[in-house]
Amino acid sequence: MPSLGADMEAGKLVEWLVKPGDRVKKGDVVAVVETQKGAIEIETFEAGEITELIAEVGQTQPVGAPLARLGAEGEAPSIPVPAPAPAPAVAKTPAPPQPVVKAPAPPSAPTGVTLASPAARARAAELGLVLENVAGSGPGGAVLLADVEQTAAQSQAKPPERQGKAGLDMAEMRRAIAAAMRRSKREIPHYYLTHEIDLQAAQDRVAAINAARMPDQRILLAALLVRATVLALAKVPDLNGRFEAGPYTPSAAVHCGLAIALRGGGLIAPAILDAQTLGVDAIMAAMRDLVARTRSGRLRNSEITQGTITISSLGETGVDALTGVIYPPQVALVGFGTPRLKPVVRDSTVQARVCVTATLAADHRVSDGRRGAQFLAEVARLLEEPEAL
Amino acid sequence: MTDLRAAFLEELTSVAPDLDAATIGDDDHLQDDLGLDSMDFLNLVAGLHRRFGLPIPEADYPHLATVRKAAVYLAENLADQR
Repeated sequence: MPSLGADMEAGKLVEWLVKPGDRVKKGDVVAVVETQKGAIEIETFEAGEITELIAEVGQTQPVGAPLARLGAEGEAPSIPVPAPAPAPAVAKTPAPPQPVVKAPAPPSAPTGVTLASPAARARAAELGLVLENVAGSGPGGAVLLADVEQTAAQSQAKPPERQGKAGLDMAEMRRAIAAAMRRSKREIPHYYLTHEIDLQAAQDRVAAINAARMPDQRILLAALLVRATVLALAKVPDLNGRFEAGPYTPSAAVHCGLAIALRGGGLIAPAILDAQTLGVDAIMAAMRDLVARTRSGRLRNSEITQGTITISSLGETGVDALTGVIYPPQVALVGFGTPRLKPVVRDSTVQARVCVTATLAADHRVSDGRRGAQFLAEVARLLEEPEAL
Repeated sequence: MTDLRAAFLEELTSVAPDLDAATIGDDDHLQDDLGLDSMDFLNLVAGLHRRFGLPIPEADYPHLATVRKAAVYLAENLADQR
């Protein structure tokens, strides 16, 4: 069971797409797992022959538990599948995490006084946790804020029995978003830069391209925003990467996450993998595909675990600007407001032109304002000369 | 017209599987009321193009803003085609 996010502890196998004897190659989708982010297609990270399906459909398995065995071509079966790319080896099933939460205290009221820091008390009260049930790691066994957070995270991770239609559990998704955003605000010292970009030329170009195309070949302005962002990262690569363990090294590949809002509330930010290799039309096709599969709940694990930067765009019916919260362990998020007609001074005259406000939220541990400014200026330059995109 | 309305709703719920056709009002605005984004809307236009063979240029998009408007638009354009 691969980890599909730092907050995930278990997943429910809902479908096998392979059977013993099937040959698979790296990247093949072998199973479907239900998670906080909906049903996720699981890809194998190794090639070989499926020799045994270990997990049964309907079972909930902890992260790291083997789902199946994969034998190398003509070899004795030995390698479990799938091995999550960046995660530790999964060769053995880890013992279930030691529960920190003690069995609920019997109704007879606790006798002693529980030592706890004021922050831990406040947070426990906020979460509805009983302090007596939290194992303290502070002096004299005092409960610290971190203990409360850990206990809360573990009790949340217990997979609830689902009812209703398979797929998204909005309460679970809300918790996943809360955990990621809390971690971001706690760990990442954000800085923000904002720039207004003249999109008139880009908009005109999109209209000209689309006029000659049938609907399924048309592009959206958003595809140009993504393309310009990806190209600008080539000039300022520091902003593209995952800060998982120091020292930070930028990623060569741009796995460009797109924040996709769900109508029921919540959002998912799956990534266009290797976006640096894609032109505008290919980016548009990838965006269509990602949005469609997000809506129908069929994303792949690589798409939700490997993003190196995220773009959040408010689209046509939003507000002026979006100042984002970085999706950890990424180090930057680019927000685009809703493009609008604005008065712009050009050639010493005031003209009405379509403009968009772009906002960079970046991690001050790995970059500074000057680099961030170079990046936004490059995005603007590229969008103002869209023929080169 | 009833058939076109049903066909339109079918394409709409295909690009937005989380919407329930039974609860969509004829005058609900696809973007403002039903929450379609520009990608969903383009996918809807592409679906209608595949189904009816109409080119649906971008200038006509406002005619597809609600189920009622869309049914009228489809009826008129399909009649022109024959």
